[in-house]
Amino acid sequence: MSTGASDEMVGPVHILDARRLLCPMPVIRLQQLVATLTPGELVDMVCSDPGALHDVPAWCRVHGHVVLETAEVAGEITIRVRVDGTA
Amino acid sequence: MLAAKLMLDQGIEVEGLNFFTGFCVEGHTHAIRDRDRARPRRNNALWVAERLGIKLHIVDVVDAYKQVVLNPRHGYGKHLNPCLDCKSFMVGRAYEWLCEHEFDFIVTGEVVGQRPKSQRRATLPVVARESGAGDRLLRPLCAHHLEPTLPEREGWVDRDRLLAFHGRSRKPQIALAEELGLDEYAQPAGGCCFLTNEHYAAKLRDLWAHRGQRDYELDDIMLLKVGRHIRPRPGFKLVVGREDGENRFLQGYRRQFTSLQVSDGRGPLALVDGVVTDDDLTLAARVVARFGPWREAPRVPIEVAVPGQPARVLEVEPLAADGIPGEWYV
Repeated sequence: MSTGASDEMVGPVHILDARRLLCPMPVIRLQQLVATLTPGELVDMVCSDPGALHDVPAWCRVHGHVVLETAEVAGEITIRVRVDGTA
Repeated sequence: MLAAKLMLDQGIEVEGLNFFTGFCVEGHTHAIRDRDRARPRRNNALWVAERLGIKLHIVDVVDAYKQVVLNPRHGYGKHLNPCLDCKSFMVGRAYEWLCEHEFDFIVTGEVVGQRPKSQRRATLPVVARESGAGDRLLRPLCAHHLEPTLPEREGWVDRDRLLAFHGRSRKPQIALAEELGLDEYAQPAGGCCFLTNEHYAAKLRDLWAHRGQRDYELDDIMLLKVGRHIRPRPGFKLVVGREDGENRFLQGYRRQFTSLQVSDGRGPLALVDGVVTDDDLTLAARVVARFGPWREAPRVPIEVAVPGQPARVLEVEPLAADGIPGEWYV
């Protein structure tokens, strides 16, 4: 599913493997990674907890980051986040 | 939510802190169990932050929190809940965060008399003192029952616009929520921590007793939230999934634990905790067959997978309904 958000600012892509972690751990891991990044950089998360589909976008909204894309295939969830705000 | 909203309405910048201890009820149980899937699949703290328009920082305190659980200075509540120590710990971590990020004071939703252990008139000062926050800790919902704090004395907060809630009733909070236009909110009152749960506390005590030491890792306390825990003898415990959601969760531990499942993949997945014999594995297989769909069959093939070894199949007779003594259940 695409959020339809603009993707014109494309920076380095960081991979975050959050499989087997239950919420809120995927959000905590994302928060820790984003704290080291700068606006425009991208994070590709892989999660197994379906709760991440709710919690990661919510965390991004309150911190001003952008979820560019989410997908769920065979129980594995991928979320692409663009760093925009602050951790 | 209410305390933060009162601050926001006074024009004060607020950011939220949410501490993850590993014992939180919401989130994990909803994620694991199919039967909880009808509930809103949201993190309530994030949901509240979004409603209020504030940032929320979720802080992993799993390791640091161990000392609170293992050695609470003020002891436990009814089960293994170290509520007063917990509160002091969390306010203490909030105070550290405040210092690092140049905020001025801490706000909590505590109310005098709300909780029998951690929110009494005698214990609220304990939290302020032991956390290190001192009078930078403001409780807006019951401020009129307490001495003015630094933010009130300095005029950062208008004390006249703070409240005088007290006691166990949540009606004043519910009325205030309506007044503030907050028509939806997380369920008030307890139940958010597994350490207050009698059955969970029994399983944690059992873990400590059979490990020979009071300690735990995150995986330990996560597994205590899931499945039937059956201990046929000291040093040998089975965790048996009760439904598909739990079985999926337990699958993630198959590289760490010996696991058993009916060969056709139907029925529960079970993990074996401890150092076991072949007889133990046969018994485990019979237990798994008992909880599977083929419990009436004369023989059931159970796949046994030991990490790092090829899986093998045991053909076993399912245990009878009365084959699992009540005292085996943890």
